[in-house]
Amino acid sequence: MAEYNGILICGEVVDGKIAAITRELLSVGRKLGNSLGQPLKALLIGKNIEEEAKEVIALGADKVYIIDGPTFANSHPDLYVAMITGACDQLLPSIVLLGQTDIGRDIAPRLAARLKTTAAMDCVDLVIDSESKLLLQTRPVYGGNALAVWASESCQPQIITMRPRSVAPAEPDTSRKGQIESFTVEVKDSSIKGKLVETVKEEVAGIKLEDAKVIISGGGGIGGTEGFEMLQELAHVLGGTVGVTRVPCDEGWMPMTLEIGQTGRIVGPDLYIAVGISGAVQHMAGCSGSKHIVAINKDPDAHIFKEADFGLVGDYKQAIPALIEKCKALLAT
Amino acid sequence: MNIIVCVKQVLDPDIPPAKFKVNSEAKQVVPPEGIPPVINPYDAQAVELALRLKERNGGKITVLTAGGDGAEKVVKHAISMGADDGFVLNDAAFEGSDSFGAAYILTKAIQKIGEYDLVLCGRQAADWDEGLVGSIIAENLSSSLVILAEDAELVEEGLKVKRVTLDGYQVFVVPTPAVVTVSNEVGQARLPSGLGIISAARRQIPVWKAADIDVDPAQVGAAAARRKLLKLFIPARERKCELVEGETTAEAAAKLAEKLREARII
Ligand SMILES: Cc1cc2nc3c(=O)[nH]c(=O)nc-3n(C[C@H](O)[C@H](O)[C@H](O)COP(=O)(O)OP(=O)(O)OC[C@H]3O[C@@H](n4cnc5c(N)ncnc54)[C@H](O)[C@@H]3O)c2cc1C
Ligand SMILES: Nc1ncnc2c1ncn2[C@@H]1O[C@H](COP(=O)(O)O)[C@@H](O)[C@H]1O
Repeated sequence: MAEYNGILICGEVVDGKIAAITRELLSVGRKLGNSLGQPLKALLIGKNIEEEAKEVIALGADKVYIIDGPTFANSHPDLYVAMITGACDQLLPSIVLLGQTDIGRDIAPRLAARLKTTAAMDCVDLVIDSESKLLLQTRPVYGGNALAVWASESCQPQIITMRPRSVAPAEPDTSRKGQIESFTVEVKDSSIKGKLVETVKEEVAGIKLEDAKVIISGGGGIGGTEGFEMLQELAHVLGGTVGVTRVPCDEGWMPMTLEIGQTGRIVGPDLYIAVGISGAVQHMAGCSGSKHIVAINKDPDAHIFKEADFGLVGDYKQAIPALIEKCKALLAT
Repeated sequence: MNIIVCVKQVLDPDIPPAKFKVNSEAKQVVPPEGIPPVINPYDAQAVELALRLKERNGGKITVLTAGGDGAEKVVKHAISMGADDGFVLNDAAFEGSDSFGAAYILTKAIQKIGEYDLVLCGRQAADWDEGLVGSIIAENLSSSLVILAEDAELVEEGLKVKRVTLDGYQVFVVPTPAVVTVSNEVGQARLPSGLGIISAARRQIPVWKAADIDVDPAQVGAAAARRKLLKLFIPARERKCELVEGETTAEAAAKLAEKLREARII
């Protein structure tokens, strides 16, 4: 039987930068590699990415394989499924780590099916059991109501996607040494079914939710577009940006791309102010990593108060203008 | 256009967190009393997309569910929304199947139905939130796949699918038969019509067992599962909420700002 060895990370380079999720995977991968006594390898697909490859070494990889190819956003996922399957066939890693991202969601299940192994999607914790040496995979289930821990005894490689922001990203150490190798995988034209016609990025003005230090989030309780103008103003005063739950998206008050939660964005600001939000688990899945959570809700029994550090029971239409005014005054001093 | 939709019965995902209980010993969720299981919301939305496609192109919609006793309810729900036909896949041998087992069972049933242009699944089942089965079915059938669809339409070259991404969307044109997984951006699933409910109630939903769909028992059930559930628990919620009060809401809000400033949060 073939000998599976090494942790393989499928890295993502976005706009010429190593994606935050890839840095997170490198920190998890390093830890797993150390526990298993196995090397940490990374696969990067792109053009002219030697500099990024060096950075991945500094971030903890022992070896980086570069495949010359188009970046993820611009090509058919079938291509990447074929490339990464081919790479796994040659490299025989024991664990493959991807991000629970647009492309990770697409690749991981099919990679597992082709390699006749398992996949665990959206994991938030990975450790090696000290006795059995099995990879213990923790993932939220039932929308985040519960956590489940899984292990596979016989399947290799184990395909894993990690939820963004589950762990702190790896820090670079430029003194680290590692190898960089270019790598080719033959992909048959027939393995790409259909075509990608267009990729549209809906630019949002201002700070990206993932980068924001302050997020003012509004939910169904906001009741319409005007209320969001109020939240926007508070966000402006505090140097933050506005997010939403699923309800304002479904109602058409706000764009889908601002949705925070299990099926939206995963954020981790210093301050998250939840306004008119009930605190459903699927929403909290996207913001529970915030440093401080403030809830403003007119229902004293709303679940959000169980998930917040500070709470205010009342109508946001009275609370937000007063909050804006006081914050302005305090920040001016 | 013939469409097969895979629908799963799940615990109602909208139950309040306080009602969610697990039996850690048995590693199972305890179904809350008085709250019946429902069709997976994304699967209802897959049925919705199928109905829209049928309205435009004609054809037939067949729904499939793999599940135990009571699972015919979700097939009936889909029929009451407007689906034409449905089958339950139920056999003692199927119990404890993992995603690969479930996908294999569904694949076999799809192959038995035979004539189809499109297989629709939900993006994920709201119980275990895996998001695997649709993609695995596509692999089993060697067909084209688009995940996370918010819309689809029939075009000359096949199927045009709009796929949700974090920052926007992508448009694919793929050959049929295709597998597509459906995201919530498709929009609200229609409610069953009164007439639909009555006619669905009268229907007998056929049950297919392993032998009916040529399933190899060695590839399904708990013994064939590729991984094991070791632990299931409710995570501790760590925050303690300090309620800020005042004579009026505005006063409380001003106090809140002061507290945040004192704590150097703003
Ligand atoms: C499978 C699945 C996945 C999901 N994924 C996500 C996800 O990723 N992200 C997400 O956000 N949701 C998601 N949801 C939806 C989620 O379950 C909830 O339905 C949703 O988050 C509720 O949004 P809300 O709290 O804004 O609205 P509601 O539940 O309608 O709550 C509104 C709140 O506002 C309060 N309120 C009303 N008026 C006022 C006022 N004037 N002032 C102050 N407070 C007021 C009310 O007391 C109430 O608590 C998902 C659901 C399912 C089933
Ligand atoms: N037991 C089942 N019966 C019918 N369809 C299923 C079943 N399990 C999963 N599916 C389909 O596959 C999708 C994804 O499920 P999962 O991979 O379990 O998250 C669901 O939304 C359903 O469309």
